[in-house]
Amino acid sequence: MAVAIADPPASGLLGLPHGEQLNACIRCGLCLSVCPTYREEGIETQSPRGRVNLIKAVDEGVLHPTETFRAHMYHCLDCRACESVCPPGLKIGELIVEARGAIERRRPQPLLKRFILRWLLTRPSRYELFVWPMRLYQRSGLRWLLRASGLLPRISPYLATLEALLPDLPPRPLRQEVPVISPAFGEERFRVGFFLGCVMSVVFADASRATMKVLRRNSCSVVTPKDQYCCGAPHISEGEFDTARDLARHNIDVFESLNVDYVVCDCAACGAETKGYQHLLKDDPEYAERARAFSAKVRDISEFLVDVVQIDGGLAALEGQVTYHDACHLCHAQGIKRQPRAVVKSIPGIQYKELPEADWCCGSAGDYVLTHQERALKILERKMANVNSTDADLLVAGNPGCMLQLNLGVQRTGSKARVVHLSQLVEAAYEAGERQGAPNGGGPAR
Amino acid sequence: MAAAPPASRLKPAVLEALAGIVGRENVLSDPEDLAVYAYDGTWDDAPPDAVVTVLNTQQVAQVLALANAERIPIVGRGAGSGLSGGAIPVQGGIVLNLARMDRILEIDAVDMCAAAEPGVVLARFHAEVEKRGLFYPPDPASLKQCTLGGNVAESAGGPRGVKYGTTKDYVLELEVVLAGGQVIRTGGKPVKNVTGYNLTQLFIGSEGTLGIITWIRVRLIPLPPAQRTLMAVFPRLEDACASVTRILGAGIVPVAIELFDTTTVKCVNAYTGIGLPEDAEAIVLAQVDGDAELVVREIAVVAEQCRLAGAATVKVASSNAEADGLWAARRAISPSLGRVAPNKLGEDISVPRSQIPEAVRRIQAISRRYAIPIAIFGHAGDGNLHPNLLFDKRRPGEIERVQAAAGEIFKTAVDLGGTLSGEHGIGLLKMPYVPLALSPDVISLSKQLKRVFDPNGILNPGKVFP
Repeated sequence: MAVAIADPPASGLLGLPHGEQLNACIRCGLCLSVCPTYREEGIETQSPRGRVNLIKAVDEGVLHPTETFRAHMYHCLDCRACESVCPPGLKIGELIVEARGAIERRRPQPLLKRFILRWLLTRPSRYELFVWPMRLYQRSGLRWLLRASGLLPRISPYLATLEALLPDLPPRPLRQEVPVISPAFGEERFRVGFFLGCVMSVVFADASRATMKVLRRNSCSVVTPKDQYCCGAPHISEGEFDTARDLARHNIDVFESLNVDYVVCDCAACGAETKGYQHLLKDDPEYAERARAFSAKVRDISEFLVDVVQIDGGLAALEGQVTYHDACHLCHAQGIKRQPRAVVKSIPGIQYKELPEADWCCGSAGDYVLTHQERALKILERKMANVNSTDADLLVAGNPGCMLQLNLGVQRTGSKARVVHLSQLVEAAYEAGERQGAPNGGGPAR
Repeated sequence: MAAAPPASRLKPAVLEALAGIVGRENVLSDPEDLAVYAYDGTWDDAPPDAVVTVLNTQQVAQVLALANAERIPIVGRGAGSGLSGGAIPVQGGIVLNLARMDRILEIDAVDMCAAAEPGVVLARFHAEVEKRGLFYPPDPASLKQCTLGGNVAESAGGPRGVKYGTTKDYVLELEVVLAGGQVIRTGGKPVKNVTGYNLTQLFIGSEGTLGIITWIRVRLIPLPPAQRTLMAVFPRLEDACASVTRILGAGIVPVAIELFDTTTVKCVNAYTGIGLPEDAEAIVLAQVDGDAELVVREIAVVAEQCRLAGAATVKVASSNAEADGLWAARRAISPSLGRVAPNKLGEDISVPRSQIPEAVRRIQAISRRYAIPIAIFGHAGDGNLHPNLLFDKRRPGEIERVQAAAGEIFKTAVDLGGTLSGEHGIGLLKMPYVPLALSPDVISLSKQLKRVFDPNGILNPGKVFP
């Protein structure tokens, strides 16, 4: 039985910033064709059109904002594939996270959620501390023991999946070990701020190290402020808009003072989020203009390499078949599909094979694999069937969430593909060039 | 204004029995679920009392037997992309969700046919048969989301109708569950088949009012190896229409001849940025197919005939990519209209080809008279036009004006020797106008027929015949 969380608002409005768009859905159903949850479940309630019309019904006061409604809002992966095809151009994903925000404002937030979103994930020093026990678990032999015993899958397949999701953690988060200023190799063309993704820094430090090195090889000085905070993406996704705004203001303050030409992200979610600061803070008189200026500087690493520095030399031949997975927050949220492929294809020697349904969500979707694990794994199964059909040796992605999930998929399907970040592939090609003594010594001739 | 939330009126025992047939997870009756099964691809709403997702024919049969015994309306639904309100459960009851019966069961390259369940999405079906060098021509613009079952139930068409006909020309065999739950098969694998009444054709386009289609076999043809597409811009609408007769008169049957009026062109440009010329009264898009040499010859003739008819410019697409871009613009029409107005009523009147210019003139006059913008586009090659009335249902009095204007459009079609619907079906929205097109005797006979198939009137009640 559905329980009403609160009385429907008297005005019949949820007060969503994009609320006017609710009337723009023409109900054509084209979004059904690209929605991973609809493809799995085959019911309207699990489709973008269904979600929009559900929000509309609540917004108009026809339906109550029940617990069931809340749950439906969280069934969405927030992959934004629907936004890429919606004929009237509705920001469907935006409407859904705004609806989450409207619901969460009306209900007391659970303690654990408050702890995670308002305390843990607001300072890098805090979540870095929490990674310690996991690293200890991996390195003390406890993991070996647990895996060898085969106990965990029998106790909880859910926990076993999460355990398998976590790759070997680096000895230290990247944030703690990189210098604030990393000079360009050779003459400086650009001064670039590096936005450290939380998961990138803590889990995929090697990949971000590669990003920084690739930037430096391309005549960029890299400035990595240590006092930057989380971008706010996990908060927005859970309807925690106020905290996200605080984080955004802080990050704008930090990067403004550095006088950089660009801010580069190597995490798709961070890139999408920081490009969105201009919308998030548009009603903040003090920050609206500054947020616009900040967002205008943000580039994904692939975008930066292709559209700004125009990477064109020093890459030596690599071997093997390579395929590329589009992170939703790159292809749908930022419209970046061309650039990462251009980067991959610019590396001599490799055979590029286009991944079927490359722009379909892998099921990672932020915390979806925690909150809706069964469906996340079904969506992953579909992704891995496509990956394995390409017979690729390397599966390239540009987002840590996808990399975690795809690693899990590789384990579960015994795939021969190795998951790497785009920057790692590029850096490998540079290093191969160095080994061969390329005349321009590890960087493009300028 | 807050209406009451939709709530299931079905007895708990009935919901329980449904759960017994399809499993509890496949029976939805929360207000949230009912609210999103209240609509299809049109603007109207009416919530059902339950949504039942079926996975096989046996479940359909059991659900129908139960619904028949309990006198509960049953509305079949694929993707809910229909444009006549056919899947809106106006009398409540059960929406039968067939979207998950989506297997392609057989593609037979020797007998050139394929069998599939009704929920298969048309684009996927196309892709699978084309992989094997075969071709299933019907191509409604919603092909990425619509289902084969919905296509059969509405006898969907599409641009390729000029040369290849519509869904009705391809269905060989059907499995249908009747109102009482009996499962029957009509037609068969042979292409020629005159044994008994042609019940297959009776079910095609019956809009869910005679039975629920659970299995479909369609005829396939060899996939034409090459296509060529051209776009011709006409300063005068009459000339554009005349080009159609000229092209066919020259002995060429193009796959498609599509016409866009100025309003349509502006909408498409605003939506896609494709930059179609806006200074002309009409644009014609035509495609020919066949072997590689033939299409080059044929497109040259089509181009020549367009020029002779008065086209200001004729541009033959130089690559497949360019042609695909033009067809993407065609498919973008219907969605692009959504940017102009929040609601649209997309009609699909069908008139003899020769009457297209007159039909367009009269519709333009209706648009002025009722102050409702109407974008006109459609399949000029077969006389099937899509006047789309653009409006905002929240504005007081607008729906009434739209309905009155739609009524006049239907009268126009019938006056010109045409009919109400070429490919969308009558459904809910065109039902009041059926007496314009069909005589009282035909309507009465049709209703008697309906009673034979569905004595208790549970199958998609409140549709097609007023």
